[in-house]
Amino acid sequence: MSEPVTGIITPIRLDYTYTPGTSPSSFLRGMKDGKILGRRCPSCAKVYVPPRGGCPMCGVEFAEEVQVADTGTLVTFAVVNVNFANRVIDLPYVSGEVLFDGADTTSMVLVQGIAADAVRMGMRVKAHWLPPEEWDFTFANIDYVEPTGEPDADYVSYKEHV
Amino acid sequence: MSNPEVLSAPHFMEFGYTRSTGPMVGAFLTGLRDRQVLGVKDSTDRVVVPPPEYDATTAAALPHDALLPVGPEGVVTSWSWNPRSRLGQPLDTPFAWALVRLDGADTSILHAIDAPRSELRTGMRVRVRWAAETVGAITDIACFEPCSEGIAS
Repeated sequence: MSEPVTGIITPIRLDYTYTPGTSPSSFLRGMKDGKILGRRCPSCAKVYVPPRGGCPMCGVEFAEEVQVADTGTLVTFAVVNVNFANRVIDLPYVSGEVLFDGADTTSMVLVQGIAADAVRMGMRVKAHWLPPEEWDFTFANIDYVEPTGEPDADYVSYKEHV
Repeated sequence: MSNPEVLSAPHFMEFGYTRSTGPMVGAFLTGLRDRQVLGVKDSTDRVVVPPPEYDATTAAALPHDALLPVGPEGVVTSWSWNPRSRLGQPLDTPFAWALVRLDGADTSILHAIDAPRSELRTGMRVRVRWAAETVGAITDIACFEPCSEGIAS
């Protein structure tokens, strides 16, 4: 303890009580059961995952709840070469936007099971879930996505989501 | 909140900034670890606490040998009552935020005073209450507490 002080750690912390609202609550309940739930807009028929209360484009309330698949298409991605302070993953890793089959919005998910320089747009992926006994009310139940080995999706099928 | 469909959970966001202290603040914090408050004499012969790295008038770097200890006691120059302590504040009971000019210093330091509101006065004498364990942080001063001799002239 005789060394002079040269640095300090000053944590900045905000404590919240988070209430996600009715639609995201049903999404999180779905996650607890290992299901990806969205809601369909009665006007434009787009399925939002995770759902909000209404369609931001049409301005109408969502009615129908739909389950989407845990397979999807990687529409775009970033190769990460610097780790965050509290998230240690082997570098480089890929963070991607996945369009789950049946959904019309993308979700940001970690991509594993493939070298970063082999990842490509249109790659078909499948969710890798945590063991069911670890499932909670969180999207983090999907630990990452990994390639299915199927042929890449046509660019036309996901070009609106790039 | 009464809607049973809606989930609710505690959620926090935190980032631990690692900050370099520089020579002067580093010396100040090292002093606190040794239960001593340090100031620095500037170009106008004023003793500034906590010690800045550069002179406020000339902008010249202040030399390390201009550091000097000031008293563990001082006088309250201003204060504000905090009726409800929040998480992470120096005390978990109601307390005063105060500017304290330590004996030998020409500037005041902001800290907490543990005293009943009825006892608080500008001009009251206070002293450092040290933390049980000092680690080289501003929290080594747990708070200030009133001196028994009362009001300074």
